[in-house]
Amino acid sequence: MDGFALLIAATLNAGTVLAIAGLGLLINERAGIVNLGAEGLMLVGAIAGFAAAVHTGSDWLAFGAGALSGALLSAAFGVLVIWLNTNQYASGLALSLFGAGFSAFAGIHYTQEKLGPRPSFHIPGLADIPFIGPALFRQHPMVYLTIALTLALAWFLYRSRAGLVLRAVGESPESAHALGYPVRRIRLLAVMFGGALCGLAGAYLSTVYTPLWVEGMVAGKGWIALALTTFATWRPARVLLGAYLFGGVTMLQFYLQGQGVEIASQFLSMLPYLATIVVLVLISRNAGWIRANMPASLGKPFFPGS
Amino acid sequence: MLKLEVRPQPSRWMSFASPLLALLITVAIGIVLFLLLGKDPLRGLQMFFVEPVKSLYALSELSVKATPLILIALGLAVCFRSNIWNIGAEGQYVVGALAAGWVAMQAGPGLDWMGRGIVVPILLAGVLGGMVWAAIVALLRDRFNANEILVSLMLVYVAQLLLGYLVYGPWKDPHGYNFPQTITFLPVTKIPRLASGMRANIGVFITLAAVAAFWAFLFRTYRGFQLQVGGLAPAAARYAGFSSRAALWTALLLSGGMAGLAGGLEAAGPLGQLTPYVPAGYGFAAIIVAFVGRLHPVGIVFSGVLMSMFYIGGELAQSRLGLPKSLTGVFQGLLLFSLLGCDTLIFYRLRFRHAAAAAAAPGRVTAVAKEA
Repeated sequence: MDGFALLIAATLNAGTVLAIAGLGLLINERAGIVNLGAEGLMLVGAIAGFAAAVHTGSDWLAFGAGALSGALLSAAFGVLVIWLNTNQYASGLALSLFGAGFSAFAGIHYTQEKLGPRPSFHIPGLADIPFIGPALFRQHPMVYLTIALTLALAWFLYRSRAGLVLRAVGESPESAHALGYPVRRIRLLAVMFGGALCGLAGAYLSTVYTPLWVEGMVAGKGWIALALTTFATWRPARVLLGAYLFGGVTMLQFYLQGQGVEIASQFLSMLPYLATIVVLVLISRNAGWIRANMPASLGKPFFPGS
Repeated sequence: MLKLEVRPQPSRWMSFASPLLALLITVAIGIVLFLLLGKDPLRGLQMFFVEPVKSLYALSELSVKATPLILIALGLAVCFRSNIWNIGAEGQYVVGALAAGWVAMQAGPGLDWMGRGIVVPILLAGVLGGMVWAAIVALLRDRFNANEILVSLMLVYVAQLLLGYLVYGPWKDPHGYNFPQTITFLPVTKIPRLASGMRANIGVFITLAAVAAFWAFLFRTYRGFQLQVGGLAPAAARYAGFSSRAALWTALLLSGGMAGLAGGLEAAGPLGQLTPYVPAGYGFAAIIVAFVGRLHPVGIVFSGVLMSMFYIGGELAQSRLGLPKSLTGVFQGLLLFSLLGCDTLIFYRLRFRHAAAAAAAPGRVTAVAKEA
């Protein structure tokens, strides 16, 4: 039973990485911009965060460094696709390739570094409940903050005026422009917010989840987070649930190995990637449903005055 | 005030100048980077642009890197021109190498009658392997509308893990001191080299033939024309009765086959065995090669050679200047970034205008959204 509680705890932890990035990309895409650079942003955030943690010893400064690097890098992407109207797919890929190269380059001296002892967290009282305590209430604060962020973003999108404007920009930039909203500036802010959360997710990965720096350590989580926004039909709560689901699939391989299942570890490691494909197939089968939920001008350039 | 103004028609001149401009920007950033790292920028540039072409041996090494890049990029160019985003060439390359490697491992007394001819089935297996991997993407896209970007990318990880399983497990060399590697393929399976003492092999000729074939396919066949119309104007293609499904399958099978061929050439050529280090990032770098080469077969030859210089320059910068090899990745990413930025100038021009004049004639900026 203890093993199962730990599995749940690990699932929430793994899901948090995906959820942070997925929520950022959700806001990004709600404004009509697809950022295929998520993987690169997470890598740069991971090394920025890890370096900050090594030098300052503070997880929170590490998160800040990760978010800042993600926001800055995605701003470059944003200027390209929003003002210079470059192809969003190609520019995002460029960002991913650059991020992979740059993080490897910048992180070369950090591969041997180790972070100090990781603090453990207990929510007084709740953490001592048998089973539920170890499963739910001994997590890094970021796990709970991510849940709060999900609620906040859901409120923002559906209950606030600014969220309405953001959605309008993603659905019909022409109308938003005609109403006098600065479409391109709003899109840039959304892209930078998405980049900041991707960077934060990377920093959480390298300082809390793993915690170490290895070249290419994001290992496709950025792409899975991108897929999550589609699975979730662009809704925050579903992104969170989807992230936990994929966190669970990731953890399942370790659990199964621990149970002595006779399958080569490589096949177990394939699970998250195969699960992504399977879910993508199940969800996309209904093309009309995807179309009905997708921000209408997702991926389309907008040039005021056209 | 600087303003972007739509050109009446795309500038042909800029479409040639843009890659060069992007290269200049990348080099400029490179010089700054070298200075920041306290290295002599001239020495640095020498590693990237002089050393790789200095001797016949260097050129041979350049061709070893350029061959897979150009082959993969040719296939990707067809995909991207058809607006199909296959970004999983790395996985198709790995599966091609696996299939080719499997055939190479069958060489032995029983197959002696084939002689050097065994190289043909080895390469065909590579092509087939890449095609099968890409066919999964095509099938899921065709039948279930699954996004090809994500599926092809996820399959890269699956292919790498499959390679890991095979070289750590059933294909491991029993006499290899437990290293994760297959047996060294027999000499008879080796891709014939152009000259002894150099690694350049007949892959160079295969590549040149492929460049010609892709040029003919894209610009001289009806199917090639259909694919490009489908990419530029899907509605027009539908109206003309061009099948988007046929385009999907053609583009993905072609690009998968080319990536598989590159994998086969690499496995039975420079590598000579399978190890976990088969994936070398060529599949991703080839995306940059395809774009910098303007998705044109001839342009891809130039950009493929350029990108190989980046690879070799990065290795030299590591061994001679003590800089990390990953510098290559930084420059590759920068090059694509700058190229995309510079490409804006194909469709728009920069105009200096006073704010007052801009306010007086707001209607002058008539924009046509650029085709993806």
